[in-house]
Amino acid sequence: MGRPLLADAARAEPPAAPAAVALRGVSIAFLLDKGGTYEAVAKTDLVVAPGEFVAIVGPTGCGKSTLLNVAAGLISPSTGKAEVFDTALSGLNGEAGYLFQQDALMPWKTALDNVAVALEPQGVPRRQALDRAREWLDRVGLSTFADRYPHMLSGGQKKRVALAQVLIRDPRILLMDEPFGPLDAQTRQIMGNLLLDLWAQNRKAVLFVTHDLEEAISLADRVVVMSAGPAAVIVGDYPVALERPRDIAEIRTEPRFHEIHKAIWGKLRGEVQKAYALGEGRRP
Amino acid sequence: MKVNRWTLLALQIGVAIVLLTVWHLLTTVPVNGKKLLDPFFFSTPIDVLARVWKDFYTGTIWRHLGITLLETVLAFVTGAAGGILFGFVFARGELIAAVFDPYIKAANALPRVVLAPIFALWFGLGIWSKVALGFTLVFFIVFFNVYQGVRDVSPTILANARMLGMNERQLLRHVYWPAALTWTFSSLHTSVGFALVGAVVGEYLGSAAGLGYKIQEAESVFDVTGVFSGMLILAVFVIVIDTIVTAVENRLLVWRPGTQSTTAQG
Repeated sequence: MGRPLLADAARAEPPAAPAAVALRGVSIAFLLDKGGTYEAVAKTDLVVAPGEFVAIVGPTGCGKSTLLNVAAGLISPSTGKAEVFDTALSGLNGEAGYLFQQDALMPWKTALDNVAVALEPQGVPRRQALDRAREWLDRVGLSTFADRYPHMLSGGQKKRVALAQVLIRDPRILLMDEPFGPLDAQTRQIMGNLLLDLWAQNRKAVLFVTHDLEEAISLADRVVVMSAGPAAVIVGDYPVALERPRDIAEIRTEPRFHEIHKAIWGKLRGEVQKAYALGEGRRP
Repeated sequence: MKVNRWTLLALQIGVAIVLLTVWHLLTTVPVNGKKLLDPFFFSTPIDVLARVWKDFYTGTIWRHLGITLLETVLAFVTGAAGGILFGFVFARGELIAAVFDPYIKAANALPRVVLAPIFALWFGLGIWSKVALGFTLVFFIVFFNVYQGVRDVSPTILANARMLGMNERQLLRHVYWPAALTWTFSSLHTSVGFALVGAVVGEYLGSAAGLGYKIQEAESVFDVTGVFSGMLILAVFVIVIDTIVTAVENRLLVWRPGTQSTTAQG
């Protein structure tokens, strides 16, 4: 499955600034308990330009989250390297904010404290951090929920807090691992629009992992398709030439959206079917 | 099942009245010229209550209560501090945990009562031998809970905190420490109870003051009324302490699910 990338169309103009994230020849293999190794991702190249919103789609278990974790520095690749603004990444990616799929808020801190604590590593004085955290809760529409603990918040509200927690640090790169996966359809749309609003105000490089193709197209500038695992590779790279600002719910009715969806789904469907044939591509 | 608070309280008091009445009848009303239970061995509820009243009225009980309370608090504080400290060290240092694992298990499996005479030899008959006994009980409960709590911190919360740029010290303060405290507090009822057990058993086995001593002293002169009144005071004492612990717990663990009913939807 070593098909070449179809990436050229996406980068009509050569990027002047260094790439925000560049994965070069990255492969990831895990040691198995019963001996031997399992290659989750085979040699892969992926470049995200500053301010670019890239979505990775692929069948369940294809290793797209693994690839994201390499960009975050949470996993080191078996071969190849990750570069962040032209610097080889070693250890955690300090330029990146990471939005997890699962609940990652500290349950013992209120919404306000969860957001404010994100500024502590930068040495921001607590009072100032609290003021800025209040501003951010306001931006994600939760100003009246500042004193709530995570268990008193709904799934969507928790995601809003998590978004504020990540964005208050103003990272130059945003990594998102199926962040809206656990939410219901309507909440996902609302969160998607919120994300696009915030991103439009301050364009960061975004790497967004999802298995939902419609979500990927409606959010991203570029959609990257990964093959079914094991040894997943990128098998497609499609520009999304849709106007911004977008409304997630409305954009799905546009003819252009359907054309793009059809083109990508043609590729993705085959991979999804392969994954099912392999038992959903789960690791052995 | 949902019962009105006052109905519940009335039923609970009803149980006490029934039990006391039966006890009273069996020990005071002769059947065929013979009481079913000999008051010498079983005392009577009125005598017991009168003794309790006298103990409080004359004020002799306060000193014993104070000593037992002091021992309980000291045993709890030292045991919890030691348990938290060692729980942390063991949870963060896998080699230490692996090496000491059999010793910790062996020490915990030892019935603590056998230590009481040793502690009396080492620390004398004053409060410190009782504090030591309570310490050995509280320490292991808190130790195991903190150890578990620190090791079971959600990997996602940890990864998130790291991605936010926290260093080891900040992780300790914002993630590990609160997680460990949660587990400590969830074992608070048990550990405070054991601190009291340590104190009373220690007093019972050898001392000159405290509730355990009061009971032991009454037993040695076949003063059943004294034994029962001591037990009654001890029981009320335990309930009071437990109520305080519950209040502290509710205060400190507001963030935990189930402690408050305001859950938002949507």
